[in-house]
Amino acid sequence: MPVLRWIRRNLVVLAGLLTLAYMILPNVVVMVFSFNRPGGRFNYAWQEFSLDAWKDPCGVADLCGSLSLSLRIALWATVGATALGTMIAFALVRYRFRARGAVNSLIFLPMAMPEVVMAASLLTLFLNMGAELGFWTVLIAHIMFCLSFVVTAVKARVMSMDPKLEEAARDLYAGPVQTFVRVTLPIAAPGIAAGALLAFALSFDDFIITNFNAGSTVTFPMFVWGSAQRGTPVQINVIGTAMFVIAVTVVLAGQIVANRRKSNAGK
Amino acid sequence: MSVTGAPPAPSAKAEVRKPSTRRRLVPYWLLLPGILWLLVFFALPMVYQASTSVQTGSLEKGFEVTWHFRTYWDALPDYYPQFIRSLLYAGTATLLCLLLGYPLAYLIAFKAGRWRNLVLVLVVAPFFTSFLIRTLAWKTILADGGAVVDVLNTLHVLDVTAWLGWTENNRVLATPMAVVCGLTYNFLPFMILPLYTSLERIDGRLHEAAGDLYATPATTFRKVTLPLSMPGVVSGTLLTFIPASGDYVNAELLGSTDTKMVGSVIQSQFLRVLDYPTAAALSFILMAVVLLVVTVYIRRSGTEDLV
Repeated sequence: MPVLRWIRRNLVVLAGLLTLAYMILPNVVVMVFSFNRPGGRFNYAWQEFSLDAWKDPCGVADLCGSLSLSLRIALWATVGATALGTMIAFALVRYRFRARGAVNSLIFLPMAMPEVVMAASLLTLFLNMGAELGFWTVLIAHIMFCLSFVVTAVKARVMSMDPKLEEAARDLYAGPVQTFVRVTLPIAAPGIAAGALLAFALSFDDFIITNFNAGSTVTFPMFVWGSAQRGTPVQINVIGTAMFVIAVTVVLAGQIVANRRKSNAGK
Repeated sequence: MSVTGAPPAPSAKAEVRKPSTRRRLVPYWLLLPGILWLLVFFALPMVYQASTSVQTGSLEKGFEVTWHFRTYWDALPDYYPQFIRSLLYAGTATLLCLLLGYPLAYLIAFKAGRWRNLVLVLVVAPFFTSFLIRTLAWKTILADGGAVVDVLNTLHVLDVTAWLGWTENNRVLATPMAVVCGLTYNFLPFMILPLYTSLERIDGRLHEAAGDLYATPATTFRKVTLPLSMPGVVSGTLLTFIPASGDYVNAELLGSTDTKMVGSVIQSQFLRVLDYPTAAALSFILMAVVLLVVTVYIRRSGTEDLV
């Protein structure tokens, strides 16, 4: 049986592709159902093809408001977490100092904690301080949990950097600021960019921590959560599909640019 | 922090020592803002939570620290089913993620060739469609009378799973199977990426060498590939198990009241019942259990230097 033999030889590839299909399936469903005209309040069963939702993505009350709120929070959280995290990463890789172990565990712990634990304890703090829940508490929380991921991403890049390049810059009479801006930062940039991208994605998509600390403020994930109880508008699928397409485009474009550069450098 | 940890420069040598002291303070200045942020918004909240968990009282009368550990003893018998379920579901999902994720990570690392980047993008891209939207999509996929349920019914798979207690009444939605399916799906990338990173580091010549020494593909995998990919297996397992154990989104959206996980309990105690001591105690127990499991697991797998 040549077919069986072929299957046996390519078992790993087949299994991998099946997993890939499993991962993509919901995205396909989201995409297909963005063209649906649902019968009732919920967009769970296929009724009829329609472009209505695509023509009017903001047609549902509060949806685009929550989307822009999420974007704003994710943007500021990215800026905050990337700045703080990059500084920590440089300190950890480039300097030997006391309390290094303690700092390392403090960075690691937020990643080793179920989100609901962090969310609940942060809410306890805010309640005790009498802080008003809303934009600021969510932003504080997002910077907190994105920080560790940024540190990890930037650390990996800085660790693989050759300190000799900076020494060379200094030998060529570059000042500390000049060395940092012209040499260190460009080399560390891919790590910082990866950290920033991760922070943005984590913040934009976070539900559990936001759910606890947002009060009556509604971010996009919270809007989706609420709609799962009240009725899911098709526009949610439109936004989801648009996000997927934009993300794939951006990442692929980045890959192509990186490949170009690599092949140019090779010449 | 320990900014004061650096010894002050003796005044006599102040001029000579000044630049070096300043240099020595550089790491502390770099750390200060970020570490302060984590201390105030991560560590301090944990302390507050610990104190809340030993308080008694009510929302009307106010809460008071009474050092009553009774909250813990009262919470455990009430909610241990949700606890066990959380660990069980998270454990099963982690195992499934490993079984499903390993071939895909292997495929990307060794077999994808020029398609590698595209497959990697396809693994990461679903991340960007909000995970709540994707979880809701599973409602459509697993719906009663949908294609998946029909196929499983025709193949009599649902009879077996019902016998095992994973499904009920020939349906998948609102059963443990749906919740585990959602958990597995949502945390797969967290398993695949570390696996891929550690597989990619393996030198392909090791496989050739094993083949030259008459090892079958299976033996090569067992003796060479798998041991060398252990760091990825360990970090992937942790990155999947920890968030899955505290998750309540999958259980709420895809499950029923019989599949509630401990996250749901903490959430409703905190945000709906407003019984803060019980909620705090529960989340403290969850944290302790997870840290314990993680520590034992890391010790066992012998990769302590990983973290």
